[in-house]
Amino acid sequence: MNLSALITPKNLVTAAVLIVLGLMPVLTTVFDQPFYLDIATRIVILAVAAASLNLILGFGGMISFGHAAFVGIGAYAVGIPIYYEYYSGFLHFPLAIAVSALFALVTGAISLRTKGVHFIMITMAFSQMIFFLFLSLEEYGGDDGLLIWSDSELFDGLALDDPSTFYYVCFVSLVGVLLLLHRIVNSRFGRVIRGAKSNEKRMSALGYPTYRYRLVAYVISGALCGYAGALMGNFTNFISPDMMGWGRSGELIFMVVLGGSGSIIGPVYGVLSFLLLEEFIPDVMDLFADGAGVYWHLPFGIILLLVVLFVRGGISGFLNRLTKR
Amino acid sequence: MSVLLEIQDLQKSFGGVKATKHVSLDVLEGEVHAIIGPNGAGKTTLISQLCGEQMPDAGLIRFAGKTITRAPFPARARLGMARSFQITSVFQDMTLLENVALSVQAHDGHSFRFWKRADSETALNEKAMTFLTEVGLADKAHVLSREVSHGEHRQLEIAMALATEPKMLLLDEPMAGMGSEESARMVDILKKFKGEKTMLLVEHDMDAVFALADRISVLVYGEVIATDKPEAIRDNEAVKRAYLGEEAD
Repeated sequence: MNLSALITPKNLVTAAVLIVLGLMPVLTTVFDQPFYLDIATRIVILAVAAASLNLILGFGGMISFGHAAFVGIGAYAVGIPIYYEYYSGFLHFPLAIAVSALFALVTGAISLRTKGVHFIMITMAFSQMIFFLFLSLEEYGGDDGLLIWSDSELFDGLALDDPSTFYYVCFVSLVGVLLLLHRIVNSRFGRVIRGAKSNEKRMSALGYPTYRYRLVAYVISGALCGYAGALMGNFTNFISPDMMGWGRSGELIFMVVLGGSGSIIGPVYGVLSFLLLEEFIPDVMDLFADGAGVYWHLPFGIILLLVVLFVRGGISGFLNRLTKR
Repeated sequence: MSVLLEIQDLQKSFGGVKATKHVSLDVLEGEVHAIIGPNGAGKTTLISQLCGEQMPDAGLIRFAGKTITRAPFPARARLGMARSFQITSVFQDMTLLENVALSVQAHDGHSFRFWKRADSETALNEKAMTFLTEVGLADKAHVLSREVSHGEHRQLEIAMALATEPKMLLLDEPMAGMGSEESARMVDILKKFKGEKTMLLVEHDMDAVFALADRISVLVYGEVIATDKPEAIRDNEAVKRAYLGEEAD
């Protein structure tokens, strides 16, 4: 392949983002800003969640309004065993993936019988069921949440309680998930779910039982999101049902759309810009008028609206158009 | 010749309107069987019952020795019934080659293959390419489907239907919205498969019908009033009155 063809704005931005993310622990140490490693970790974990949502939303056309439930399930799959003093990560991570996959299988089997707005509503309803379930589980803190006093134990020498080490685990996970999704989307399976998004009727006429393929995509997406949840459970020392509320699911959708749902890397841009805006808009507003930062939601919302309304294909779509010009 | 598709006493009403009234029809293996009829004769209703989009109220449909009266849409496709749509129905965001490759893939085992790139599978692409070549679209293989003309979309539809290697092609107005030149090209394409593929052709374009059909059934107000060879249909008094006469006015 021609090397210069690879140097496009999108590839440059992607490379820059990945390099900066990859060097985050070094950069934050050099500049002595450990707080930013915290933000970066959150970005990377949410990027795993958003990227997995994008598999069904962007490529499969299934708008799940309940994906935060998987993040929550994954986090509790770390928190609850630790509550009972089971510290092994070899328990936590598989448990998070398995329970999320199972939840996706059961709820997906029902939700995917519906289309459009009904699908959005029913996925939201299922996630709210999980939300209220954990709210009512007094044993695990109910709405007060659950304290996680330890991190998952993996190998000797891989201590997740070290911020840099943990960050790298998350970063490698993100890169791995992106590669995995890239393969899936371009495989035969991926072609089938893209086809089902594009023209369901034609897929049926060709003989594809699209429901099964959609369901499998939904389960993969849920399982990966549960994995992101397990990372989140290790990241925060405190988890609560709040992390699986429908507002959180909405934020995930927003991140995907903002970054560009038609692209594998899009959700990473989406999460990055979402969290950075969330972080810095209040500071910028405070510069203009002291205390104005409290009202940061207003400009934040306006910016998001403008992007969704006027930038077709989100950030990723915008970068693609720069390339074509 | 053996009977491939057998329709017995099919009935379908919408409220008080009887769209299909006691339709019985045989499609023989290897023949091109055309269904013609004036607007509102119930052609679309009939075809949507054949492919499983609508369920008949009563009657029987047998295809390739199996009763499929109430079988779902994809199951019929897997039995070997391929359909082209009256309104173009392709994958707009994919290239023509991908469109056909996805059709080839439909009958090449299950598609729960997650790792290997589908667009670099030579076997899939080569097969898809042969079908594109047959309908004369080889040079546009790598063009996005939304960027080609209406006539080319119709040709693509045929390639996609052929790619599933069906026992029968159910062609729902393949010439719809085409100019005379495009229609003639489509007739030529379909002629290539005449005798080789069984086709059930629903079409308004009489030139195309008479050029292609081995037998013609005439549907009027939901009833088959005649089934015969093209020459006989042309001379059939009842048909002339009900249909051809009307058009000549």
